[in-house]
Amino acid sequence: MDTRTSASEPGQGGAGPDTFPRWLMHHAKARPQQPAMREKEYGIWQTYTWAQVAENVRAIACGLAQLGFKRGDRLAVVGDNRPRLYWSVAACQCLGGIPVMMYQDAVAQEMAYVLQDAEIKFAVVEDQEQVDKMVEIQPDAPLLAHVIYDDPRGMRHYTQTLLMGLDELQEMGRIHDRNQPDFLDGEIDKGASDDISIMLYTSGTTGKPKGVCQTHGAFIAAARGAIQFDKLTDKEDILSYLPMAWVGDHLFSFAQATVAGFTINCPESGETVMNDLREIGPTYYFAPPRVFENLLTQVMIRMEDAGSLKRKIFHHFMDVARRCGADILDGKPVSGGDRFQYWLGNLLVYGPLKNVLGMSRIRVAYTAGAAIGPDLFRFYRSIGINLKQLYGQTETCAYVCLQPDGEIKLDSVGKPAPFVEVKLADNGEILVKGPMLLKAYYKRPDATAESINAEGYFMTGDAGFFDADGHLKIIDRAKDVGKMADGTMFAPNYIENKLKFFQHIKEAVTFGAGKEFATAFINIDLEAVGNWAEKKGMAYSGYTDLAQQAAVYELIRDCVEKVNADLAADPNMSGSQIKRFLILHKELDADDGELTRTRKVRRNFIAEKYGVLIEAMFEGRKTQFIETQVKYEDGRTGKVSADLRIEEVKTFAPQAGKRAA
Amino acid sequence: MDMTDMNSAATTTPSGRRQGEVILDLQNISLRFGGVKALTDISFNIREHEVRAIIGPNGAGKSSMLNVINGVYHPQEGRIMFRGQQRQKMEPHMAAQQGIARTFQNIALFKGMSVLDNIMTGRNLKMKCNLFQQALWLGPALREEIVHREKVEEIVDFLEIQHIRKTPVGALPYGLQKRVDLGRALAMEPQILLLDEPMAGMNVEEKQDMCRFILDISDQFGTTIVLIEHDMGVVMDISDRVVVLDYGKKIGDGTPDEVRNNQDVINAYLGSGH
Repeated sequence: MDTRTSASEPGQGGAGPDTFPRWLMHHAKARPQQPAMREKEYGIWQTYTWAQVAENVRAIACGLAQLGFKRGDRLAVVGDNRPRLYWSVAACQCLGGIPVMMYQDAVAQEMAYVLQDAEIKFAVVEDQEQVDKMVEIQPDAPLLAHVIYDDPRGMRHYTQTLLMGLDELQEMGRIHDRNQPDFLDGEIDKGASDDISIMLYTSGTTGKPKGVCQTHGAFIAAARGAIQFDKLTDKEDILSYLPMAWVGDHLFSFAQATVAGFTINCPESGETVMNDLREIGPTYYFAPPRVFENLLTQVMIRMEDAGSLKRKIFHHFMDVARRCGADILDGKPVSGGDRFQYWLGNLLVYGPLKNVLGMSRIRVAYTAGAAIGPDLFRFYRSIGINLKQLYGQTETCAYVCLQPDGEIKLDSVGKPAPFVEVKLADNGEILVKGPMLLKAYYKRPDATAESINAEGYFMTGDAGFFDADGHLKIIDRAKDVGKMADGTMFAPNYIENKLKFFQHIKEAVTFGAGKEFATAFINIDLEAVGNWAEKKGMAYSGYTDLAQQAAVYELIRDCVEKVNADLAADPNMSGSQIKRFLILHKELDADDGELTRTRKVRRNFIAEKYGVLIEAMFEGRKTQFIETQVKYEDGRTGKVSADLRIEEVKTFAPQAGKRAA
Repeated sequence: MDMTDMNSAATTTPSGRRQGEVILDLQNISLRFGGVKALTDISFNIREHEVRAIIGPNGAGKSSMLNVINGVYHPQEGRIMFRGQQRQKMEPHMAAQQGIARTFQNIALFKGMSVLDNIMTGRNLKMKCNLFQQALWLGPALREEIVHREKVEEIVDFLEIQHIRKTPVGALPYGLQKRVDLGRALAMEPQILLLDEPMAGMNVEEKQDMCRFILDISDQFGTTIVLIEHDMGVVMDISDRVVVLDYGKKIGDGTPDEVRNNQDVINAYLGSGH
């Protein structure tokens, strides 16, 4: 067995409060006038200081208490990143309640499941859209007694007695607070580090989502470790734009912000995020790879439309950056000539580019949640953005491994974070232990027992290994790693990630366990391929049409061949090259249950739904007819059908280890 | 006020909107262009806070009717009572001063100006400072600008167009331009809003959005809305009362259900084989 721990020990938990409400009250005293939150509204960034936040949280908490909210009750919180929703989370914690975060784009039935599972009586929701869902599912969740909404727009004609505006609630709370000024402080005093501070539902790649119960102690330890690791201060600015129900946002925008006392900034709306990012210029930034990828795609598309001089300058200095940018960032020796060129490039290209991306002030940026393509990763680092990777899951507060400054590797997720112990099981599964582990799955002792072993290690279900420098490398989900008919390892995720690194491929699903060869479903990236088609003057009417064009198949086949060549070079993987593929007629979608809300492929579901296609690929048919039901966002359903082409790809002999492409 | 006619009692519409007294009463309107009769002896009224639709086949006289209401055309016969007062011959800018705003079938915006500036033009009538003060950016002009900008931002927020605030209107897709056009009309804080085919040329999703905005305007600001629209589904869903024109004559008037079941209307418009 291979065990690694971080150098620093948890110690006595360091100085400072041990629950989030105490941290909040601490900041309200220690730095009352410093900005805690900003929100762009009416075109202006409105600032709330720590004192104001504490006052508002107090009012919400007292209001909830007045409505009959008791210690241990669950409060559902649904909506975009709004200050008042973050306050509601804090208010619930003040009362010893458990906030349950839900994805705002979940459809009503998904929400009904969580409401029932967590036996929720109270919900704070953002707006009319969420209220409608709550009202719709209330018959299925009869316990739900109070739905409090933040934005009163469009709510004038709602007469349901369970509805209440957050303004009214706060007003009620202020009166309550005046009458019983000691009440809330008493409640905060009752809180303990071991209390559950939050419930986050796992995305449910397999089966029904489970509620992960995390304690104050766990998230505070995770926050404190990261703050110490990256030397974060109360001067940081971050943009809070990722779903509040996602562990990453809770760690960065809530836990770390509350412990370190830095400022979170809420964008005006989902569509203005890029603009708001530029205006705020965060110093600390977190995004899943697809956000970084979208940014880069936009830059590249716009560069292609630029004049030839600009294009030449851009490409010249991007070459310079590729050569020496990352080394300069890591403080490695670089020749004087290159340094000068890089300095010039910074003046002409990287600086303005970072400014446009809103990344001029970034000290530390993280990405996680999926594998990031090497070119993508290198691009950001080469222009001087300290982008790093981390590894963790909901059950570990998204805090297991972090890449230390100056020790960045493209294909590793770094070293165990402070206070964390990482161990590899004999089958390669990654086991972790530390203060940030979940307390339990809600009402699922069976699942809890299954995931935490006798020695107290959490079994991540991921397979990986440590490299020579002690960096952890992730291969795939342990249970997904299968064997092909001839016994070679088949790691579907690993291959799919390689495919997805091509800008024209948005999603891929590979099959091959127990078979002679591997096959793949491909989703093309409509924007990238559409743009490419436009340049070539190809006509298409939409996704389905574009996906089935011969030239597009040609384009994708090139990508698959390159992946095959890559796989052939790796003795462990050479047997799992892709022999046949098809491009799906529709985009895989969370609304159809094909992806999770965090956009992970639900492999088994897809295998079942498209069984006929898989069969056709392995049998070597040339085309296959398929009809699929699709669900629109408003709950209606429709049908898409197509005759899908299936094409063969060149595979490479294992010994031809050189990169053919 | 002289409000003794039989329509003065305030009622509630099927949709639950409070519906006030008659704000605009058109009596026996006839409009001719030379020998062409555009409108013949048309009477109907508009109540405060309602959504009133004017429908009819092409050339039925719908836009002419709208132009009569905001003073572009002057009918040869008939009376227009605005809040109980007979309206004298008037010009469009006087209609604007009386609180009647409109949007246009073929968008009337400044293509090179940003969304913010376009909506700001709707505030024109509300600005009190003179050219001199504005040009020199004097204190009062500055304060006034801030007040108006706030109002414009409220509209931007209301119409959910924050992401295009600073985009030149000419660069926007058609559906969004329509929304900006609506924003410009809203900036006048009108009592009556005339919408000339607000959904023309839109896709289903844009139509749904526009419907929601129209209902929200009626709901939140209590604005009286008169709209011309071709899409029957839209009209029947969002209107409180519908008046149907055909060849310049009124052939139906009532709630969507009444109009739907009116045989004349069915023959003229909704689908008898011509």
